Amino acid sequence: MDTLLSSEGDSQRTQYPYVTGTSIIGIKYKDGILMAADMGGSYGSTIRYKSVERLKQVGKHSLIGASGEISDFQEIQKYLDELILHDNMWDDGNSLGPKEVHNYLTRVMYNRRNKFDPLWNSLVIGGVKNGQKYLGSVSMIGVHFEDDHIATGFGNHLARPILREEWREDLSFEEGVKLLEKCMRNLLYRDRSAVNKLQIAKITEEGLTVSQPYSLKTFWNFAAFQNPTVGAEGSW
Amino acid sequence: MFRNQYDTDVTTWSPAGRLFQVEYAMEAVKQGSAAIGLRSKTHVVLACVNKANSELSSHQRKIFKVDDHIGVAIAGLTADGRVLSRYMRSECINYGYTYESPLPVGRLVVQLADKAQVCTQRSWKRPYGVGLLVAGLDESGAHLYYNCPSGNYFEYQAFAIGSRSQAAKTYLERKFEKFPESSRDDLVKDALFAIRETLQGEKLTSSVCTIAVVGVGEAFNILDQETVQALINEFEISGEEAPTNESAAEQAGGDADSAPDQSGAAAEGEAAPMDI
Repeated sequence: MDTLLSSEGDSQRTQYPYVTGTSIIGIKYKDGILMAADMGGSYGSTIRYKSVERLKQVGKHSLIGASGEISDFQEIQKYLDELILHDNMWDDGNSLGPKEVHNYLTRVMYNRRNKFDPLWNSLVIGGVKNGQKYLGSVSMIGVHFEDDHIATGFGNHLARPILREEWREDLSFEEGVKLLEKCMRNLLYRDRSAVNKLQIAKITEEGLTVSQPYSLKTFWNFAAFQNPTVGAEGSW
Repeated sequence: MFRNQYDTDVTTWSPAGRLFQVEYAMEAVKQGSAAIGLRSKTHVVLACVNKANSELSSHQRKIFKVDDHIGVAIAGLTADGRVLSRYMRSECINYGYTYESPLPVGRLVVQLADKAQVCTQRSWKRPYGVGLLVAGLDESGAHLYYNCPSGNYFEYQAFAIGSRSQAAKTYLERKFEKFPESSRDDLVKDALFAIRETLQGEKLTSSVCTIAVVGVGEAFNILDQETVQALINEFEISGEEAPTNESAAEQAGGDADSAPDQSGAAAEGEAAPMDI
């Protein structure tokens, strides 16, 4: 289709996302970074894919989590693979840490945004290098932050308030996981695109581990659900 | 070296397996005025001899800041050195922009060496006629590298290039074992002594030399003339024999007193280090 500003031979432009992942939550804890993400890939309002891995390792020191268009995340993974490959090829004892990866991705996202062809993702990058913990996010338009706790999408509205109240500098691993699960449970109740199958990744100076997928216990036995129409006769 | 039938262009090998144009480029480095570098675990000091063409002209700049954590001293064709410094600055800035992190000096040095190598393998180019002493900091500590017109690079504890650099090298060879643990000020003192060696009796003043330092917690900076002159006076070395540790002798210049009691004596007449 021809328009004044573009022609048929134009590059592909992501105008709408198709298969999307929902929130990512990340927190710093005593020994490093913890990140949680569910394994859902939604196709609009359909929950189409339920084993999508949205947390991935980047080099020796970093972990990336992505929400948004899954195919764009796969593209980003290819960019990162190449980046780490070249970093390793120097073979000189220097290596890119989470701060460098975060800034590299910020440049990528911002440059794509300037071309009106964004990678439709919100990314969370965390890691530990030389004892320094790092946690940051980049959005599809290149807006980037660094903080002690980070979330994307609905997580910003439902998880961050919990984290602002309950996050501490010296959380142990168990406390951190419990805190993330509390946030993820909240998202499960309130976010339509959340699925009850999640992974939690931990990265410390020693290395990275991603948990096996598991489910959260939920509670639906609220009194208000017993007789839902008691205040509104005739409704259902 | 004499002229021969294999030295017209850089892409001609001699039967003995030499590239004469590259070797001539390294001669240009040897003819330039001296530059020296030395490092400890946490600091690197660069020093060079500034010669002005005449009393009317200014001194040539031979030390360049490349980034907060990297600096370079050159010997040879200063114009080539300036161009390479500009390349180095550009690489550092681009890396910093993309990664918000300082470019590791080891990687910059390899890029520089690869750039120099290209000029040894194109018939329409000539080698850069400048040797570079690159001083920098990265996660693994302080580093000093020497980049050669041939495209080779080496890491050093201490090194000297340019004319009469052999005298400085001999001095550095005597002292280099204690450099890793030296303080910043001791390194600067040793740099001044090494420069004095290349002057062969001329008076060492701050108008003849330039000193620059980079270290952990100290961005690359060139010391100003007053500071250097104060250091020279303080170490009382303007004409004197180098005392091994502190406690210097008189102030009077020119006289070669034999003060070295401890490590002084045995150094002369040792095997010359590899002159690249």
